[in-house]
Amino acid sequence: MALRILVGCKRVVDYAVKVRVKPDHTGVVTQGVKHSLNPFDEIAVEEAVRLKEKKQAEEIIAVSCGPAACQETLRTALAMGADRAIHVEVPDAEYATLQPLHVAKILAKLTERTKANLILVGKQAIDDDSNQTAQIAAGLLDWPQATFVSKVELQGNDSANIIREVDGGLEHIKVKLPAVISADLRLNEPRYATLPNIMKAKKKPLEKLTAKDLGVDLAPRIKILAVEEPPVREAGAKVEDVDQLLAKLKELGRI
Amino acid sequence: MHTLRRFGSTRQLTNLAMRKVSTLVLAEHQGGKLAPATLSAIAASKKIGGEVTLLVAGKDVAGVATEAGKADGIKKLLVADDASLEGLLPERIVPVVLASQRQFNFTHIVGPSTAFAKNVLPRVAAKLDVSPISDVLDIKSENIFVRPIYAGNAIQTLLANDAVKILTVRASSFDAVATGSNIVPEAAAKADGVNQDTSTYVKSEISKSERPELSSAKKVISGGRGMKSGNNFKMLYDLADKIDAAVGASRAAVDAGFVPNDLQVGQTGKIVAPELYVAIGISGAIQHLAGMKDSKTIVAINKDPEAPIFQVADVGLVADLFKAVPEILQKIDGYRSK
Repeated sequence: MALRILVGCKRVVDYAVKVRVKPDHTGVVTQGVKHSLNPFDEIAVEEAVRLKEKKQAEEIIAVSCGPAACQETLRTALAMGADRAIHVEVPDAEYATLQPLHVAKILAKLTERTKANLILVGKQAIDDDSNQTAQIAAGLLDWPQATFVSKVELQGNDSANIIREVDGGLEHIKVKLPAVISADLRLNEPRYATLPNIMKAKKKPLEKLTAKDLGVDLAPRIKILAVEEPPVREAGAKVEDVDQLLAKLKELGRI
Repeated sequence: MHTLRRFGSTRQLTNLAMRKVSTLVLAEHQGGKLAPATLSAIAASKKIGGEVTLLVAGKDVAGVATEAGKADGIKKLLVADDASLEGLLPERIVPVVLASQRQFNFTHIVGPSTAFAKNVLPRVAAKLDVSPISDVLDIKSENIFVRPIYAGNAIQTLLANDAVKILTVRASSFDAVATGSNIVPEAAAKADGVNQDTSTYVKSEISKSERPELSSAKKVISGGRGMKSGNNFKMLYDLADKIDAAVGASRAAVDAGFVPNDLQVGQTGKIVAPELYVAIGISGAIQHLAGMKDSKTIVAINKDPEAPIFQVADVGLVADLFKAVPEILQKIDGYRSK
């Protein structure tokens, strides 16, 4: 089976930005804040591109769900080597309560539309930190899942040998395709998009859809009651030397 | 169609209001031992209210089940012991969870935020068409939960509307229940029609360690990029052995190959909240702080006085770790409480 990969690309607040909670406690400030492709999704895109470079994949379709600005995120994926992109536009109001369940339903529907047989996503988005989309998509499709993956090795064209990062070490499994894979940090080192590739990416096809086109209901499953700052730690004191450090720890009863 | 659907959901809500709260906890175990995180997940479930049922699933889990039956606060213990559950593949564990759900119609399904439950529970949620809630820090009521977002830089309180609530809970946020009970295990409902062809467990490479397990240790000593090499971690292991601590690391130390990835503390690694966390040669990036800033006492040793780690450290020492750590090793016995 020729491999057609659907790769999930979420636009998130850049990992280096220190987020601020809105004064009205409805969320965090995202306007005027630098956004980029979720770092784990970058790793997913990279893995898809490597599979294509090894001639193991035929087509890579980058998908993003969210407001219009997600198209920039998709252009990044295209510049890295994705062949085409699908933007599932979700208006801001609905985007606030959009959850992995909704996104997974969209991805599942898109596998029919694109005849994809592998979904590659990051293990978690660094904004909602949910770590759910791959697992839910696999459940909806009844496909096997390989999560927190640090190595993918295709076996022929119908199965993959996988190494997963688990508590306490590594785990080796084998999954049959079609399957869903979620990328962990150590799967690969994502490439930078070069200027010529960024220019070329502008000409690659980007299809716009809505959740309705796909028959996916985005009704909110949660209501956000409040978003608050985490409790602030009381500032500690610096000590001069090792003796003071140890004396302090003894005083605190920690050693 | 729309009217029908709306009518359906109203009916669901009414049912929910009448349904008695009851929780299924998915037990975490490794190497034939019940993981302490399970006891924290039971504690969280007790906070929800209602009866708590514990499910132990796996291959050769009789020992784990005996241990699990001692957990205070559970009413029932279900055991699914089957050779096909070796390696705890989600494709095979999920049908077991669903079979128990069909039998008892739980309102909540809970697991600890560990690699196992994070892998399994969202797939259960997909089958029940509900939206799972990850890494819960606090439970306000049977449908109001608190969880961290943005690497712990914001805390979200949410009301869950789904008929069944599926939660993973942060073990360090809930004190483990005591163990003194004696619950008799019962066989869990059989899962049917499981496709065993789609995934296969091959093997595990578990890092052997005599030290306490990182996520449940009372003391943790972590090294970062400043350690310069894997060999230098020996100092930290020596210190850890002296005070019975676990050893952790920053992402930089893992990426540089100093230590294996399962030692990583941070947003995407382990979340720890020990009594004592000692950060050595760690600058304190947002992503690392997300994994340890709830520790009771944080100690930082770094030669850069401007390192962000000092903003969260209770006790900071600006010093070259290659001088300070050997000195600590030499002097610590003199300071230890007997």
